[in-house]
Amino acid sequence: MEKPTTIERIFAAHRDQPGALLPVLHEIQHLLGYIPPESVPLIAKELNLSRAEVHGVISYYAHFRQTPPGRHVVRVCCAEACQAGGGEALAEHARSRLEGSDVTLEPVYCLGLCACGPSVQGDETTLHAQVTPKKFDALVAALEAKP
Amino acid sequence: MSTTIYVPGDAAALALGADAVAAAISEEAARRRIAIKLVRNGTRGMVWLEPLVEVAAPLGRIAYGPVSPADVPGLFDAGFVDGGLHALCLGTTDQIPWMARQQRLVCRRVGVVDPRSLADYVALGGGDGLRRARAMAPADIVRAVTESGLRGRGGAAFPAGIKWQTVLATPAAQKYIVCNADEGDSGTFSDRMLMEGDPFQLLEGMAIAGLAVGASQGYIYVRSEYPHAVAALNAALAVAEDYLGDFRIEVRVGAGSYVCGEETAMLESIEGKRGIVRAKPPLPAITGLFGKPTVINNVITFASVPDILAQGAAAYRDHGCGRSRGTLPFQLAGNIKYGGLVEIPFGLTLRELLYDFGGGSRSGRPLRAVQVGGPLGAYLPEAQFDTVLDYEAFAAIGAGLGHGGIVAIDDTVDLAKQARYAMKFCAIESCGKCTPCRIGSTRGVEVIDRIRAGNNQGVDQIELLQDLCDTMVHGSLCAMGSMTPIPVMSALRHFPEDFK
Ligand SMILES: Cc1cc2nc3c(=O)[nH]c(=O)nc-3n(C[C@H](O)[C@H](O)[C@H](O)COP(=O)(O)O)c2cc1C
Ligand code: SF4
Repeated sequence: MEKPTTIERIFAAHRDQPGALLPVLHEIQHLLGYIPPESVPLIAKELNLSRAEVHGVISYYAHFRQTPPGRHVVRVCCAEACQAGGGEALAEHARSRLEGSDVTLEPVYCLGLCACGPSVQGDETTLHAQVTPKKFDALVAALEAKP
Repeated sequence: MSTTIYVPGDAAALALGADAVAAAISEEAARRRIAIKLVRNGTRGMVWLEPLVEVAAPLGRIAYGPVSPADVPGLFDAGFVDGGLHALCLGTTDQIPWMARQQRLVCRRVGVVDPRSLADYVALGGGDGLRRARAMAPADIVRAVTESGLRGRGGAAFPAGIKWQTVLATPAAQKYIVCNADEGDSGTFSDRMLMEGDPFQLLEGMAIAGLAVGASQGYIYVRSEYPHAVAALNAALAVAEDYLGDFRIEVRVGAGSYVCGEETAMLESIEGKRGIVRAKPPLPAITGLFGKPTVINNVITFASVPDILAQGAAAYRDHGCGRSRGTLPFQLAGNIKYGGLVEIPFGLTLRELLYDFGGGSRSGRPLRAVQVGGPLGAYLPEAQFDTVLDYEAFAAIGAGLGHGGIVAIDDTVDLAKQARYAMKFCAIESCGKCTPCRIGSTRGVEVIDRIRAGNNQGVDQIELLQDLCDTMVHGSLCAMGSMTPIPVMSALRHFPEDFK
């Protein structure tokens, strides 16, 4: 099986790191898009933690997903600076536009793009500023067209 | 010889299309067989002009902006590679009035240098502070920081030197330096800009702190919403090993929790746990990361240290007013025409910042309120725009400068809704350790909902809200719960008409 080997490699790389749980969870989510509940016992064993501790951490942090996201993820900033530039209307538009889409919508509280909001992040890599509903539709269409 | 052309690689510039501009410039130069050297610098902080392209001309750097890929052929036609005139030409970057009126100390290299180039950094004075510190006794380093008057830039404005002194005076075989790069406040991006635009300065400041207190290991806790900053720091660390000597730094990535910016929650998070706030005492300076004495400072605090060591405490202390010494990189955000980073000494007024720099609202409507200092900061009405930008003057009006973020809001705002958001945000982000914050915030949302619906239920809901805020202020363990009432009560006090 290929996936367990990669995960084994992740554990090996972090075995001696103090406080390795978050870095390990980041790598797993980066690899799979989420942290499968069935991986909790393995993570606990490898890092010498209890399952409850691992589950507690995964569920505490908004960034970690416990279910697989859609093919792509867009994060729309919902914080004050983006609100001041029309962020709320954009978030509402995003909700209706993405209903039934395989692009997952997640709220985010600040991307540090507060002088050029409302801002949107696509797949954790691409950033968009001064996003209007029209611009949003275009960026979503581009994501939907991507494999 | 090839001309150097700068196209920012900063996240805000990228969000405004800088990558496409950089690609268009490379292609057009190749097509015309013009030799150029393309550098991806940080941003100068004039966000409304991004993507801001600069050309290194004999007489200085010439700015063009905001540039779109479609403008690129025209720029080449106008001979912009030699600094030629074009409708988008803004003249010498440093002489754009918005820049010229600033006094950049901590951000002086941001947007100027190639953030991946240690040579660039050293050429502009980088490394001088660390070199000095290596020849000094730890107590003398701490004294220099104390005498500079530098106060923590993360929000609480606690004197940095005093914190360092506590760690220095606590004997331990292992101590830690932790940089708080969680920058969770909406309306702030100076940490991000600095990490992306001049990462070596942060690393240097942390290494100096290590020498000052006897720590050899540092951590930078960066929020997961900042992948570009994480990449910039890791790239800098990859080439900075020799430069940092025995000091080691590891970047740790947060996971979308605002309260992890609170210093003890951050320590828990670095230790691999849920970001639950610790009771104080013990102070982190005595019992901090993994139970060891730990210096925790904000990005801007650490980054201010190298120049304080290199140029002397007095040079820094000479800026500012009252007990607020030095400069603060303010961030103009929200509904503002000329948004971006304004580094100035303490002492100007909020109005000067909003209008002389910011140019008023972006929407063209009157500014009705500004929120200063993030989600736990006060909403200020126009009548308070003449408040002087220093820590004490803001404290005197029941507000705070926080991390220097200023969110401008026009007259379409409903302040009761903003107050609801503040409570809602607290409910979402509360670490859950104490009841007034965990439950109080949820009750707060409900009370404000009733006020907005005009549904009294036989009790004065405004009074109820005030009582609730009182309980949160006095019964919460950390500032998340005790400061959430600040935006709520300031909205109620200054904009009562919105609560009817
Ligand atoms: C809820 C909450 C969030 C905070 N977020 C941040 C943050 O994102 N960045 C930061 O530097 N300080 C933040 N702080 C302040 C830190 O607790 C701490 O005072 C600071 O990191 C100390 O560094 P400084 O003295 O250099 O400011 C926050 C505090 C609270 C209560
Ligand atoms: S005030 Fe809120 S965030 Fe702070 S310790 Fe209490 S519950 Fe946690």
